[in-house]
Amino acid sequence: MIPVSLDDLPLRQSARIAAINWSALSPADGKRLRELGFGEGVAIQPLHRAPFGRDPIACKVGRMTIAVRRAHACAIEVEVSET
Amino acid sequence: MTGIPLVALVGNPNAGKSALFNALTGARQKIGNYPGVTVERHAGRLALADGRPVELIDLPGAYSLDPSSPDEEVTRDVVTGAQQGERLPDALVVVIDAANLENHLRFTLQLIALGLPIVVALNMVDLATRDGLELDPDTLARELGVPVVPTVAVRRRGIEELKEAIDGSVTGANIRAIDPGRGDGDEYDTLLNTERARTIARRTIVSETPSRRLNQRIDSVALHPLFGPLLLAGLLFVMFQAVFAWSEAPVGWIEAGQGWLTATADNLLPEGYFRSFIIDGVINGVGSVVVFLPQILILFFFILLLEATGYMTRAAFLMDRLMARFGLSGASFIPLLSSFACAIPGIMATRTIADPKDRLTTILIAPLMTCSARLPVYAIIIAAFIPNSSVGPGIGLQGLVLFGLYISGIVGAMIAALVLRRTVAKGAAASFIMEMPKYQLPLLRDLALGLWQRAWIFLKRAGTIIFVTTIVLWGLLSFPQAPEDSPLSQTEYSIAGRVADGLHVVMAPIGFNEEISLALIPAMAAREVAVSALATTYSIDESDEEQAEQSLTQQLQGQWSLPTALAFLAWFVFAPQCLSTIAVTRRETNSWRWPAFMLAYLFALAYLAAGITYWTAVGFGL
Repeated sequence: MIPVSLDDLPLRQSARIAAINWSALSPADGKRLRELGFGEGVAIQPLHRAPFGRDPIACKVGRMTIAVRRAHACAIEVEVSET
Repeated sequence: MTGIPLVALVGNPNAGKSALFNALTGARQKIGNYPGVTVERHAGRLALADGRPVELIDLPGAYSLDPSSPDEEVTRDVVTGAQQGERLPDALVVVIDAANLENHLRFTLQLIALGLPIVVALNMVDLATRDGLELDPDTLARELGVPVVPTVAVRRRGIEELKEAIDGSVTGANIRAIDPGRGDGDEYDTLLNTERARTIARRTIVSETPSRRLNQRIDSVALHPLFGPLLLAGLLFVMFQAVFAWSEAPVGWIEAGQGWLTATADNLLPEGYFRSFIIDGVINGVGSVVVFLPQILILFFFILLLEATGYMTRAAFLMDRLMARFGLSGASFIPLLSSFACAIPGIMATRTIADPKDRLTTILIAPLMTCSARLPVYAIIIAAFIPNSSVGPGIGLQGLVLFGLYISGIVGAMIAALVLRRTVAKGAAASFIMEMPKYQLPLLRDLALGLWQRAWIFLKRAGTIIFVTTIVLWGLLSFPQAPEDSPLSQTEYSIAGRVADGLHVVMAPIGFNEEISLALIPAMAAREVAVSALATTYSIDESDEEQAEQSLTQQLQGQWSLPTALAFLAWFVFAPQCLSTIAVTRRETNSWRWPAFMLAYLFALAYLAAGITYWTAVGFGL
């Protein structure tokens, strides 16, 4: 299975976070993402993209809906779940 | 205050803390400020089953004890006993969203590690059930070693049980079980906490079925690439429409009351200084400001409603990309929208913006949003100078001009943001990471309480700052009294008139007359005072009865040219005429540098805009 970035994941496709490239994120952004439950192995599903440039992206992370910018999504690598 | 136990409500943002606070304390609340910062301190009394009082404080929402904003800093400092002006709480009530266990438990574990007596309120259990989640509170209590009470704050469920548990923790009846699962390691270690939070959440969840997608169904419309922005535009349109349409009747009642008071005072009081003071100073001065209370409340009602339902973060999501063009983010949208009601809560709402440069820019442009205090000024000038004609089906010229003034403010703000982000607030591009809470039907009582608090703050302002400035102005205008044979009018002869003379030298090139120069001085206290100042000025000059019957509108029509009126409007789009805003900026930025900068750049803009408007209008022969 080839890992893809969250930004390339089609809407409504369920996946798991495979890796997060923390060095590509500012320390403040990395901290906030961690606090909101982003981490390896967490279930994630992009749900909506905003108009004007398909940015930001609203994702279901665990049981929360969290909006991130495409720049963050590019640093998040996901694996598509088998189910 | 000593002797009464102090209990603090803590929790993640969106855990329903404020609703729980309202449920526990009812309307007996006191809003103040923590010393040195503008973080609001919400305190209230709650009565235990046997009537003993407990003081409850509602701390700002936080994600961890490692603060990223001034708000979170206060939360950390209070629970660790480091906050100036606040004693260490005797117990904490940790509020967690039942549907968000894993995430909220991480912060809960940090708080438990502090060692204070703790009660956990497992809030919004109804939404969790709606979401297909079945939880076992007893397991959670065992795992955490603290009492856990399931609650539904907005429906006032579980409140009595929670009070009982609070009683137990402040009297020391709850013996804390020592948690064997945690050693002496670093309690703040995020990874370790995450691991434990995950384990506890897994054990607490009895069953989990795929969620009933009510939330997602709403979002599929609200966040739709086409319908989403349309819905947002529609909501904003309805909101501003309502501000004018719904306020007509209540404004009429207030004006009628004011008229009755004036007539009564006129009959009861003997002619002289005292009557002039009561009628011109007190009744007309304060009345001309209180009359805008309905509009301010309608605007706040919509903003509170959008926030309480969870829609506000969706608006931020939709606006993010647009805001990014000007170097800001969707997070700035919420404070800027609030600034349409008043820049003060708007500037205070910027505390949720994590990036300091982003936050500074938002603070500096917030006064450019047309706040409700400008409405009185705009309304009176438009009524006097813009004909009430129609420019198309359902579109009046007056409404169009008002709309144009709002737009000028927004465009000015966006350009200012662009420039500020490249100069004084240079930094990395703004970021946007935001939790979007579940939609929720707010309790009318909570909305009413929020609205009442706003109304009270406004009336207090009208009763103090505005009252005092109006009276001082009346005094400055009435003394010294012009002699009978003086060629000068009373206004010109008075102290205020002489001060305005000096200011007029500067203001004349942009078309401002003496009366405007005069009104601008007290309007520094609050913009809306400009109206009462003009009213006071013209009413003091009234010599004969017939002229006194004229309304302020008619007075203005007779004495101002159209270019002057337009220049006056343009001035108020930009002028930083509100000392409270400057004061709040000083507190929020913690220096005099930024409020001074704000004053300078906004006055420069106002002067330029008014000048350009005046000379363009004169050039077109208006």
